[in-house]
Amino acid sequence: MKKPVLRVQDLTVTFNSVTGNVFHRQERRNRAVDGISFELFAGETLGVVGESASGKSTLARAILGLIKPNRGRVMWLGENLTELDEESMRQRRKELQIVFQDPVASLDPRMTAGDIIAEPLWNFYPNMDRLQVDERTRGMMKMVGLLPNQINRYPHEFSSGQCQRIGIARALVLNPRLLICDEPVSALDVSIQAQVVNLLKDLQKKLGLALIFIAHDLSVVRHISDRVMVIYMGQAMEVSCKESLYRKPLHPYTNALIKSVPLPDPKLAAEARRENWLTGDMPSPFDRPRGCTFHDRCPYRVKRCEADVPALRKMEEGDWVACHRAEDLDLSIEEE
Amino acid sequence: MALLDVRGLEVEFDTPEGVVRAVTGLNFSLEPGEALAIVGESGSGKSQMMMAIMGLLAENGRARGSARFQGEELMGMKAAELNRIRGSKIAMIFQDPMTSLNPYLNIETQMVEVLRHHQGMKRSEARAHAVEMLNAVRIPDAEERIRQYPHEYSGGMQQRVMIAMGLLCEPDLLIADEPTTALDVTVQAQIMQLMRELSEKTRMSLIMITHDLAVVAEVADRIMVMYAGEVVETGTADQIFYAPCHPYTQGLLASVPRLDRLDTDDLHAIPGNPPNLLELPDGCRFRERCSQASAACLERPPVWETEDGRSSRCVLRPEGAVMREKAAGAAAEEAE
Repeated sequence: MKKPVLRVQDLTVTFNSVTGNVFHRQERRNRAVDGISFELFAGETLGVVGESASGKSTLARAILGLIKPNRGRVMWLGENLTELDEESMRQRRKELQIVFQDPVASLDPRMTAGDIIAEPLWNFYPNMDRLQVDERTRGMMKMVGLLPNQINRYPHEFSSGQCQRIGIARALVLNPRLLICDEPVSALDVSIQAQVVNLLKDLQKKLGLALIFIAHDLSVVRHISDRVMVIYMGQAMEVSCKESLYRKPLHPYTNALIKSVPLPDPKLAAEARRENWLTGDMPSPFDRPRGCTFHDRCPYRVKRCEADVPALRKMEEGDWVACHRAEDLDLSIEEE
Repeated sequence: MALLDVRGLEVEFDTPEGVVRAVTGLNFSLEPGEALAIVGESGSGKSQMMMAIMGLLAENGRARGSARFQGEELMGMKAAELNRIRGSKIAMIFQDPMTSLNPYLNIETQMVEVLRHHQGMKRSEARAHAVEMLNAVRIPDAEERIRQYPHEYSGGMQQRVMIAMGLLCEPDLLIADEPTTALDVTVQAQIMQLMRELSEKTRMSLIMITHDLAVVAEVADRIMVMYAGEVVETGTADQIFYAPCHPYTQGLLASVPRLDRLDTDDLHAIPGNPPNLLELPDGCRFRERCSQASAACLERPPVWETEDGRSSRCVLRPEGAVMREKAAGAAAEEAE
């Protein structure tokens, strides 16, 4: 049997916040990531979807060791990353890379595209031959669809879509085995989003990368993911393979997220809005609802949801869901 | 009489690299109570056009042409006179509510200031009116929450506060520049619908600027698609969504990821990048990215118009359309 390259177990990250003044000091705890577990295989893409403040970026940072988790393990090729010392973790980063949301802000405006892409090489292989670095950089540019003769241009001379290509080239230059993309297309125009998603898809196939693709809605992730994890207030609500998630979501929250995606069709859009019951905002992270964290926004709630926390459990089809009523709810999406 | 009538608007910016032609030869008009959506990629000139009309261009910007609001010419109007109109007759909402609100002042202070300044209301009277407005945009416990600071509101609530502030002086026109781009999908539709309802109730006109066609599907009466500083197609929402003429509009529609269609996994992308506004190509500006381009596209394309009010700037003739603006080549031939 194939073994997963990444196994995240019960990962929990808590932020403390202090309010009040010297006399009335109030400490509050916010569990940004709350007991998340999943596995990822080589060549597989996991989509991670949640609203803002659901903890999706914190999850990415905790996996990469940029934030120390309070509990849980990040097993990378059988090794627990959370227990590594700084230098060993730095060495592992060759294998674990990230692409950020804002393509322009994540590039140093005073460095040329070539310098930006080559910087990781200099970091990890300071004795590498200059010509070799140059060749590798040009190769990367070609691979992500940039012209190698643009190597001496600065970020402001590129469009935002091209800047994101530079960000991807920088992340891939060390030949990583895991790539985390934290909302890589959210800041891009709709027509350019598809270009970048298709590029990531091609590169993954070519390089056999394990990919975690984070997004705030379910639309774009469908085209790149094998499995999708929906998170809400730091907890996994559903982890399903793509085929079943979009046809027959198991969790009411997943269903609502599907209905929220805007449709470029006036009649269907009006219909979808009328059918969509998800209103209001996520509760304050300092004031978590008892029982199921989603129960106060859920129209299907029963008494039990207010008291018991539903565990993430495996369903017959191999999908995972954290909902007491998963068996008796039918949330199938009708196709036009 | 049209509420806003824009003729021959040109916007240019002086930059160290040369003159950037952000908007060229723009014409449109807006009727009272109408909701117009202006759609385009970043760099299409959709925001700068509005900034020019409102007299808010950056210092290196210049605007020519005419923009008449209720019969009054806005272009070249003195700042003091413009201030009489801005904020009271025309209100604007920007993309990021977080940076538009003052973090040091509570909501009450910020809203009362508007009313005292524009309408000379007393503090108590202004406060009552502000609470009423917050109720209208469905802020729960408005009486209480008005005393809170912006950071105590969620992103969706902050944008609702911005809308409430925009509506305080009962403007005749509300301009919303990417009002939902920074918000979660789950609240996007609510915010759009809220603006539409309020505009219907008060006969206020609405201009929504967006890069995402899907978010305006349900709320726009008319849609104007811009590309590289020009209008390429206009039509009613039904015309644009169900029978787009221009290849760019067709491409934009196809690149919206749709969750209601499960049969296809491919994500359509418009290849290439928008042209550099410093060196605009001759002929059709969309030529290089267009799948239907031919030799005829090397000339400036003609503008077609149909009786039911749609227009398209392309060599391809929409059904039943007559030529409003001749192609450059045809005009030259006639001159001979």
